[in-house]
Amino acid sequence: MRKRIGAAPYLMVLPGVVWLALFFVIPGLLILSLSLQSGNYEQGFRFTWHWANYTDAFSFYHTQLIRSIVYGLVVTALCLVLAYPVAYWIAFHGGHHKTTYLFLILLPFFVSFVIRTAAWKFILTDNGIVLGPLKTAHLLPQSFHILATQYAVIGGLTYNFLPFMVLPLYVALERIDPDLLEAAADLYSNGRQVFRRVILPLSIPGVFAGILLTFVPAAADFVNATILGGTDTTMIGNVIQFEYLNANDYPLASALSFVVMAALLIGVFAYAKALGTEEAMEMAAA
Amino acid sequence: MTKPMDRDRERQQMSPIDPSLLRGLTQPRWSRRAFLGGAGTAGAAALLSACGVSGSNKPAAQAPDAVAQFWANKTKAGILNFANWPLYIDVAKVDGKTVHPSLEDFTKATGIKVNYKEAINDNDSFIGKISPSLKAGQDTGWDLMVITNGGSIEKLIRQNFLTPLDHSKLPNFTANAAANFKNPSYDPGNKFSVAWQSGFTGIAYNPKLTKRPITSIQDLFDPAFKGRIAMFGDTIDTPTMIMIMLGIDPVKSTVADWQRAASKLKEQKPLLRKYIDNSGEADVLSSGEVAISMAYSGDIFQLNNSGSPDIKFVVPKEGVTLWTDNMCIPLNPAHPVDAITYMDYVYQPRVAATLAEYVDYITPVPGAKQVVLDDASKAKGADKSGLEGLASSPLVFPTDADLSKTFRYRVLTPTEQVTWDRIFQPIIQG
Repeated sequence: MRKRIGAAPYLMVLPGVVWLALFFVIPGLLILSLSLQSGNYEQGFRFTWHWANYTDAFSFYHTQLIRSIVYGLVVTALCLVLAYPVAYWIAFHGGHHKTTYLFLILLPFFVSFVIRTAAWKFILTDNGIVLGPLKTAHLLPQSFHILATQYAVIGGLTYNFLPFMVLPLYVALERIDPDLLEAAADLYSNGRQVFRRVILPLSIPGVFAGILLTFVPAAADFVNATILGGTDTTMIGNVIQFEYLNANDYPLASALSFVVMAALLIGVFAYAKALGTEEAMEMAAA
Repeated sequence: MTKPMDRDRERQQMSPIDPSLLRGLTQPRWSRRAFLGGAGTAGAAALLSACGVSGSNKPAAQAPDAVAQFWANKTKAGILNFANWPLYIDVAKVDGKTVHPSLEDFTKATGIKVNYKEAINDNDSFIGKISPSLKAGQDTGWDLMVITNGGSIEKLIRQNFLTPLDHSKLPNFTANAAANFKNPSYDPGNKFSVAWQSGFTGIAYNPKLTKRPITSIQDLFDPAFKGRIAMFGDTIDTPTMIMIMLGIDPVKSTVADWQRAASKLKEQKPLLRKYIDNSGEADVLSSGEVAISMAYSGDIFQLNNSGSPDIKFVVPKEGVTLWTDNMCIPLNPAHPVDAITYMDYVYQPRVAATLAEYVDYITPVPGAKQVVLDDASKAKGADKSGLEGLASSPLVFPTDADLSKTFRYRVLTPTEQVTWDRIFQPIIQG
């Protein structure tokens, strides 16, 4: 006898489906439609299957697209290296002050993103508080500068997205049962082996979620490149916002958005397929 | 030197208009390919094509009495929301607070409070921001804005995005505006706009860093200044200056000329520190970040008066661009009477002189020169020589001979605009 499935499960997913339809599928279709239109802002755009928008988008701006992905990867790697020890220390040695430490990690969020980034511009400016004295002391040549280079942009991105890596790592590490570590020690594991064979595998879901949460927004960011960057650090986010808001070239901007979305989705799914476990996906969704 | 015929062929090869784009413009919304896409995609096509963005280029509803009708029942509200560019009005510090004395005088004289914002950093992005509201027939939040000629104000006029002016409310403009500021080619009869200031786009530099005088646009390509050169990140001024360097009159330029300018810009890019905001040059020059930059004349004089006396402005030997920034009222303004009252107010020689003394651009009120000279005769020492210098400066009160050596911007049709943008934007976008 087959079990009859009532309407209840469908009704239960309905809010989610409506949400996705309203805020993802419909805007997605609008963008897709725009990306295949031709014309100009003043006389209007018409839907003409204008695939040239995609070839134009790619041929004009592939440098920025590749650059954004590379920056995203570098930033994610840097964040991981910097965040793991921090999260580890808070989770295992934070004691009663864990929440305080977490609050400190989140504290920068209380200041606007743009202001925080602009503050770095002030700190790193050519003859500012850091480079000025070094130049006066002749430790650096007069023409040396950090602003307007890729180092400034990558540094700014790493700074801004670091908490997105720390938090999921902390959650994963915090969930590890201390008894497991004790058991490993009882079985004659030394510190390094405990880390490699117990802690690291159990923290993988956090690593997975942290990488997703850092890479996607970092690759799509445009604020850091605007404020800290120069002529060869423009990211794809800058191009899209420029094409939408300044040039009002909606079709080209939409085509670019789609290319970026596709590139990121393919990357993320491939990554999830290769590395993700069910638990990791749950973690990423949380 | 290519023969004219070769150049023609070249131009054809780099045809500005993508044939498929033309097709899109001339065919009805249901293109044949949409039908040929097959039954399955036909449904999707219908859905997608339903999302076309309609144009805003409707013919202006200019019934002869439309202007009078619009203004007939409008009254003063006592508030003016004014969007202007940075460093473009008089400034004073009172008790540590920044104030604009000329605006305070205006409030005293008329009872209208001015909400003055330096909201415009370049024409494209400002117009890009307000266009959707204008298209939807909504109030943009601004009653008065200052927009440059050479593509930008033309774009607004073409789309019927501006409120036509009632000239019976502009007696000072009629009486005091210079002849060459009346009836400009981009706005015949000043139907929608009156000038705020004019100025030149030239070059500014820090002699301590360049270690030599600058005379030519070519100097922006000098490898000795690598990493210390800045250009404007807009797609109007920068290509125009390069065309002037190449000996092309921007007004008569063709797509092939644009391509030449574009390849020059690509060549220059490795030497640049940054593409900057329009009027961002004051910042990067005074901080020493940059040794040489494209610049607006008045910005540099203001910089000289506010702590960076060393920075020099030059009119390069190839020529400069002359532009005019225009006050205009967007469509559906909340306080139109207040806006037009202000437009007329600044055309009094006394007010125009106050502005000229501070902003150092070309004033549209020639009578201001006498007021500046009167001020100079009352002043002493450095102030006196400063004001005398201002009254005799060809960059503030240019003669007709000075103006004849200047270039104007190319005015683009909507289709040309797309071609132009797709040539220059990928370069400037890094």
